[in-house]
Amino acid sequence: MGGWERFAETFLNAKVMERYWPDIVAGLGTTIELAALIVLSGLAAGLALAVLRSFGVRVVNWAIVFVVDLFRALPPLVIIVLIYFGLPSIDVVPSGFVSTWLSLALVLMAFSEEIFWAGITAIPRGQWEAARSTGLGFGETLAHVILPQALRITIPPLTNRTIAITKGTALGSVVAVTEILGQASSAVSNSYNPSPLTLGAAAYLVLFLPVVIFGRWVERKFR
Amino acid sequence: MIQAKGIHKQFGALHVLKGVDLDVAERELVFIIGPSGSGKSTMLRCLNRLEVPTAGSVVVDGIDLLDPRTDLNHARQRIGMVFQSFNLYPHMTALGNVTLALRKVAGKSRAEADEIGHAALARVGLAERADHRPGQLSGGQQQRVAIARAIALEPRVMLFDEPTSALDPELVGSVLGVMRSLRESGMTMVVVSHEMGFARAAADRVLFMDDGLIVEQGPPAQIFEAPVHARTRGFISQIQRH
Repeated sequence: MGGWERFAETFLNAKVMERYWPDIVAGLGTTIELAALIVLSGLAAGLALAVLRSFGVRVVNWAIVFVVDLFRALPPLVIIVLIYFGLPSIDVVPSGFVSTWLSLALVLMAFSEEIFWAGITAIPRGQWEAARSTGLGFGETLAHVILPQALRITIPPLTNRTIAITKGTALGSVVAVTEILGQASSAVSNSYNPSPLTLGAAAYLVLFLPVVIFGRWVERKFR
Repeated sequence: MIQAKGIHKQFGALHVLKGVDLDVAERELVFIIGPSGSGKSTMLRCLNRLEVPTAGSVVVDGIDLLDPRTDLNHARQRIGMVFQSFNLYPHMTALGNVTLALRKVAGKSRAEADEIGHAALARVGLAERADHRPGQLSGGQQQRVAIARAIALEPRVMLFDEPTSALDPELVGSVLGVMRSLRESGMTMVVVSHEMGFARAAADRVLFMDDGLIVEQGPPAQIFEAPVHARTRGFISQIQRH
């Protein structure tokens, strides 16, 4: 058996792949579900915090900055493990799925808050003054004048950060989430062959490559 | 129409306004001139509470702007303001700029607001530009849209903060033309500007401010031809040399 045959036998084993691809597809579904939840809740929470911060209540802003810095500093895997193994000690028992969702949503919230906040503060003061001088209130000015402009400039950095954090769904395999990597790992254990990992890598590419290409397009369009 | 009394404004240690009194009668056009840093823009911004005076009182059209019970957003609809840098909303069309407050503050329907907005744009000579974004308009056109945005709300007073300072010389005339027609319609106006020709032709009264105080005031002829104070004379001769 030559080198190439041995490689193919190990990583591209057709029999193993045929047996386990439905598991990987199921994992892909879980990953998509998890990723969608993280993106929706993480970005919504980040935007909410940035808007809250723009009201300029000092104590509130200290709290926001503390929370944001905390979740930007902690490695996502540490947060997942803390939630999954830590919360049961106060009688809250989150599943691996929920732990991963919550952790990555918090991380995305933290990073996106900073990006949204940078966008809001990048809008010239004169925009606020013009709107307020016509009688628009603070909230109306924010909603109709400031945010539409701020969101536009935040789209490129936001897209990149969202992709980076969403890929972290693979960390869920550590707490028994049956997403792509989790499915691939158990298939490897059961088949004594790493070919399912190849399938897993392919599944990640199928999911994230279009997203990355979309991100590139967004960056060109909005920059 | 405007009664401002004993206005002081401090930014930390910086004392920008040191007790300014300003009364403006209905249909009067008051011009404020003075060197940069004299406090004239700050004074103007106190008249719609974009700046909150440290001390003093501001009453516009019978509304006490410094009373915490005053509905400021309601009061500001009656006080139009035009800025040096236009401050149009870049993500909206000219019509969108003019109608936003009509819809969100004055409570007009979109159809009503659009009708008023088109009329306001026509008044500033930009009926044809309603669907253009600010980025597609010249500086002079942008400033006229900004004026339309203010007058669409039918204000009782208009404040102009150096409305032509950011414009190329050939675009100044169109903005001054709109201001002149506003003047002729009987609008009460307070204008911070160095457009002396316009001041001579249109102002009822010229105020010279320096170092946070009104140094001298009077009809344009008096201030420009026969100023009493040395500082006024120095300033007038300086700007007339240019």
